[in-house]
Amino acid sequence: MNLLEHQGKELFASTGIPVPTGRVVSTVDAAASAAEIVGGRVVLKSQIGTGKRGKSGGILFADDPGQAAAAAGRLLGSEIAGFRVDRLLVEQGVDIDRELYTALLNDPATKGPLLLFGAHGGMDVEEAGPGAVARLPIDIRRGPGRDECRELVAGAADLPGDVVDRIADLMLAVYRLYRTLEADLVEINPLVLTGSGEVVALDSKISLDPGAVPRHRELTGELVEQAAPAGTELERRGRELGLQFIELDGDVGVLANGAGLTMTTLDAVHHHGGRPANFLEIGGDAYTKATPALDLVLRNPRVRSLLVNFCGAFARTDVMTAGVVQAIEELSPDVPVFFSVHGTGEAEAVALLADRLGVTPYDRMDDAVRAAVRAAAGEEVPA
Amino acid sequence: MIITSEHNVIVQGVTGRQGSFWTERMAECGTAVVAGASPGKGGRTAAGVPVYDSVAEAAREHRLDASVLFVPPLAAKTAALDAIRAGVRRIVLLTEHVPYQDVMYVLAEAGTYGAQVLGPNTAGLVVPGRSSVGIMPGFARNIFRPGRVGVLSRSGSLGTLVSLNLVDAGYGQSAFIGIGGDPILGTTTLDAVRELDRDSGTDAVVLVGEIGGAMEEEAAGYIATMTKPVVAFVAGRSAPPDTRMGHAGAIVSGNRGTGASKVEALRGAGVTVVDVPGQIPGALRAHGIVPTGDRDHVPA
Repeated sequence: MNLLEHQGKELFASTGIPVPTGRVVSTVDAAASAAEIVGGRVVLKSQIGTGKRGKSGGILFADDPGQAAAAAGRLLGSEIAGFRVDRLLVEQGVDIDRELYTALLNDPATKGPLLLFGAHGGMDVEEAGPGAVARLPIDIRRGPGRDECRELVAGAADLPGDVVDRIADLMLAVYRLYRTLEADLVEINPLVLTGSGEVVALDSKISLDPGAVPRHRELTGELVEQAAPAGTELERRGRELGLQFIELDGDVGVLANGAGLTMTTLDAVHHHGGRPANFLEIGGDAYTKATPALDLVLRNPRVRSLLVNFCGAFARTDVMTAGVVQAIEELSPDVPVFFSVHGTGEAEAVALLADRLGVTPYDRMDDAVRAAVRAAAGEEVPA
Repeated sequence: MIITSEHNVIVQGVTGRQGSFWTERMAECGTAVVAGASPGKGGRTAAGVPVYDSVAEAAREHRLDASVLFVPPLAAKTAALDAIRAGVRRIVLLTEHVPYQDVMYVLAEAGTYGAQVLGPNTAGLVVPGRSSVGIMPGFARNIFRPGRVGVLSRSGSLGTLVSLNLVDAGYGQSAFIGIGGDPILGTTTLDAVRELDRDSGTDAVVLVGEIGGAMEEEAAGYIATMTKPVVAFVAGRSAPPDTRMGHAGAIVSGNRGTGASKVEALRGAGVTVVDVPGQIPGALRAHGIVPTGDRDHVPA
């Protein structure tokens, strides 16, 4: 759940992290007057939910309000890296002396916060290889010390003492923000050292932890909604229904329970020579949404067979199967459906399928998968 | 972490619907559930055990070796810290969607107190015939039987399928360890593999991994030193990059956490990596691990 650049920068400013002066606009006229107010050379940055905007032409420069209007005209309404641009950040140009990098993230390896500092920012830091970024694991119970931050910076880059101090203070502010928001990631790339020795956050990337968002009333609905990934129309509908639904490019529609088993089902379809049409997890309470879920799958015109793969432990297969049977009765799909049902409630589920749909699930998952793959390829396969 | 019938277990959230239901199921499997904790509900009895307001309070009346948490996500940190600070050394955190910074805080405190945490977002663990802690059906004899194959899995549903395949082929399990589907886990793949390697009741390990993170790669170095055979299945190998496949931990970013990198690391460590779970029993047989025929044998 990523915030847009300007949302992150507003949070930076409120925490005392220096950012360039700027305004968010959504029209050409507003861009021109923002350039006037900000003054001098400005940069117009598309506010879209992806990085790599520079390379995709989503960032333009302007020397006066007229140029700013022209640049805004080119950007607004255009599509960049698959995202429609409907907002720009018009920002003061910054005199860049040096580009640095810093980030705070939740680190699975140390099982705690990890503070990063790179002497070279701007580039693809993740691809820069080990050693390019200095790391400081942090005990979340006490947070980083100012001296630790100073050592991290001074050890990684040859910088004057007052700049090291300024970056250390900025890191402490970043940590406060990270803890206050309970964020997954707060990243500044590039962190810029200006000609006059100031340290400025030229970009912001903040990822929120969906698990923590309910605890944050200060993150208003708009802030969080804007951050949501776009996805396809069916994926958006799935999300509104509270379903984990991802469209893929194959022809075997899949319904399975549990993340691990659903992934495995897709792998098995591939292994047996087919291509899945979707990821759809329908475990837990999702069985109550079986009808809209099946509807999502069937709305994809490429789907030529359906594979229902349930394996229940905590999740009861009889309850999930009852949901799917009802969905099939309501929607009467014109593609064949193949079942594999194992685990808790299996006997009841098998009886229900025989009774209501007149089908017998396959004894082994792989056999059901093979049948669905063959059917999608146009073979006549008994369900 | 392995919990047997020798260990006294407290259930946090025992008065809730899931808590009380699974407390009864766990007891049926031989787990020594001795107490429950639910804030504000102390003094009652639930699912056949006395309820206390806190683990600290229960610890004054009972020896407590393990705690299993049936608590909502935003209450998990407080509950887990209650157990850890009361001296409970094994914490099974079933809850999904616990904020990551809460998880990290709990794990840091667990480190200080010498406690092990399983989870979060785990289905729990099973020692067939002796105990079941969590929401795996330890009582289902077509899924779990006493045996000598140790299984670890990030996913409950997939762990069930693999366990079922094993029992179907005549194998039983020495233990099933569900490590959880979150990116930050108290017990990692490496921790669980090491535990099963040291366990004298385990002859072979089945590692059920998935895309995302680097836990399988981190375990590979240790696995290369093992004499017990390891068979692995890595879920999500066909998933497109930058797509989160249900589990919060199952996302591939760039070239990190891909199925290919995990398979390569595991194969490099001498692991037999199979393409579908149905191939696991055959891979065990190829390693000379035979079904022990002890379907009805309950280890001492």
